[in-house]
Amino acid sequence: MLEQKHLLGLEGYPGKDIQTIIDTAFNFREVLDRPIKKVPSLQGVTIVNLFFENSTRTRISFELAQKRLSADTVNFSASSSSLKKGESFKDTSQNIEAMKIDAVVMRHPTPGSPKHLTNFIDSVIINAGDGTHEHPTQAILDMMSLYEKFGKLKGLRIGIVGDIMHSRVALSNIHGLKTMGAKVTLCGPPNLIPEHINDLGVSYSNNLDEVIEWADALNVLRIQKERMGRGLVPSTREYRSFFGITSDRIKNHKKEIVIMHPGPMNRGVEIDGSVADGDQTIILDQVLNGVASRMSILYLLCGGKTVEGV
Amino acid sequence: MGLEKISKNVLLKGGTIVDPYHNKTYKADIWLKNGDIFDIGNFDIPSSSDIIDCTGKVVTHGFCDLHVHFREPGREDKETIKTGSIAGMAGGFTRVCVMPNTNPPLDSPESVNFIMKKAQECPIHIHPIGAVTKGQDGRNLTEMGLMYQEGAVAFSDDGIPIQDGAMMRIALEYSKLIDVPVINHAEDECLRAEGVMNEGKISTRLGLPGNPDLAESSMVHRDLELADFTGAKIHVPHVSSAKAVDLIRKMKQQNDNVTAEVTPHHIFFNEEDLITYDTNLKVAPPIRSEIDRMALISAAKDGTIDCIATDHAPHTVEDKETTFDLASFGMIGLESCFGVVNKVLCKESNMNLIDLICLLTMQPRNLMGFDSDLFCKGSSAEITIIDAEEDWIFSKEHIKSKSINSPYIGKKLIGKIKYTISKSHIYKNS
Repeated sequence: MLEQKHLLGLEGYPGKDIQTIIDTAFNFREVLDRPIKKVPSLQGVTIVNLFFENSTRTRISFELAQKRLSADTVNFSASSSSLKKGESFKDTSQNIEAMKIDAVVMRHPTPGSPKHLTNFIDSVIINAGDGTHEHPTQAILDMMSLYEKFGKLKGLRIGIVGDIMHSRVALSNIHGLKTMGAKVTLCGPPNLIPEHINDLGVSYSNNLDEVIEWADALNVLRIQKERMGRGLVPSTREYRSFFGITSDRIKNHKKEIVIMHPGPMNRGVEIDGSVADGDQTIILDQVLNGVASRMSILYLLCGGKTVEGV
Repeated sequence: MGLEKISKNVLLKGGTIVDPYHNKTYKADIWLKNGDIFDIGNFDIPSSSDIIDCTGKVVTHGFCDLHVHFREPGREDKETIKTGSIAGMAGGFTRVCVMPNTNPPLDSPESVNFIMKKAQECPIHIHPIGAVTKGQDGRNLTEMGLMYQEGAVAFSDDGIPIQDGAMMRIALEYSKLIDVPVINHAEDECLRAEGVMNEGKISTRLGLPGNPDLAESSMVHRDLELADFTGAKIHVPHVSSAKAVDLIRKMKQQNDNVTAEVTPHHIFFNEEDLITYDTNLKVAPPIRSEIDRMALISAAKDGTIDCIATDHAPHTVEDKETTFDLASFGMIGLESCFGVVNKVLCKESNMNLIDLICLLTMQPRNLMGFDSDLFCKGSSAEITIIDAEEDWIFSKEHIKSKSINSPYIGKKLIGKIKYTISKSHIYKNS
């Protein structure tokens, strides 16, 4: 089915496998529209959601996907864990695996930690976000949503706007979209764009209006409020004036443009509420596609042999 | 195998003697009596001698490493002065300088004396480097004069860069009292910030915070200017970037008191090797780009770099078997050193063996003021016997350190230490 045992990131991930995941996700999307939204595909499969960092939507999305597939799930979060008692990452993961599990969905603040986990346990590992490195399931649901809207990925022009430097969403989207033949332009304050990002085959512009004119869709990243006024971004009004997706800005461009956001949004900061709620956004489609994408990924990695039984 | 007391009469027979002090390479035997050099020439075999067949081997000065961490006092679980000595002998080293970032740090005459006492029991020569500031706090100068009298040979707050330029100036000026080098781990801590690897295309791909090369070069620039201004001796440790190399090369044209070292790992690896998040490659300063690596190799060849230093930094398995952000900085390096630098500098970069040996023997001794005429009759033997052509795969069994944090495990090296002779002991490698 898929070439790689784990889903650690989209850098170097085969394009045909991304396509398989998206195609399968559309099948599961139909399940989500049925009155009884549950299939027996992963009955008897045990999955642990190992969250070393706070998350609401990603964790709920994974949990729902697991329940819709009839998998057994256990949740673990760092705040309630023995990690606080000084137990090591290695011991925690080995202990959990010793309880006979099949897969681990992990979020961790440190880049590379899902790869590190592969040294200690044999289960399938799915990266649910590792620090500022990758967030592959988010990029897959973003691509699925673009596919749903445009019927293709090849040749699409995507602008990614905001704090690229600290964004795992941006890096996974860049790798995935490049592999699938889309064109990517990054836009944001120069000090939040990594110096060497051009090596990844993307363009950069600090002029948001130019990017809006060029792009078919914008993926708007959250600008963390903690960064405001702490050297990286001088103020909210300065940021909004240069990089905010404001309703005035969108009105001035007399063109159709699709707006995406991985959430959680800061309304009135990187995006105006009226834009977020407007017709051109597909933000809530992304959320629903997130469940379908994660069902697809879990199904393909945790023993699903065919799409029968869907 | 391992360490033995040397016999009364030993003949090192049939080897090629490489004498960096006289810049000579020739075939001869060396006759050792009670661990001292008795004679060099061609001898009839005295019947009571132990004969070591050195045919096809290089017989040269014992190596000298100006930068090791033996963790004593405080972290004897990682290394002790004794175990570090054995690791050194396995790598051909007969003389090392131990860095002061122990717990407590070597920041008083008493702590220097502690090392000197421990060193007496060891089979290699060990010299403490004293801290520049008390508790390595970067603010209060240590009793450098008294520490020198106890045996400190240089001063450094290693691992903790001296950020305050005025403090660095005071340390350099004061060091002229005793005329020994000040060694500053050259990194601007603000520019380094949370960086855990070189800032570049690989750190961008891995999502790891980067440490830019100019964190090093801007600090090297400051230190070189201060050294030139004060007229004191400065030694730049573990140079990692092309930018710092250029600054040192330029300053050396006008100032003879500037010296610099490079580690084996900065010329063997580049940032691409970190793509697997191997925490054994997490070092400070970080392993940088291929351009930087090539610049360091050129600098070792053209004299900008004065010596090879391993920055042997033992850590427990627990300190390294963790996520990249939490893992400790540093790798061990004594046992693998020659196989690494011989492969990179002689085999891949056409350096002459005798020039490489100078970087491992005479030059580090000269810059510290140690005696470097080691093949002088009557002197206590410090000799390393090498097979410079042997291909071998470095593995755990070659590690004699208490720690095993080496990224060379499984790597092919060229050139192997066969015997090391020091302080009337002989170490035989398997």
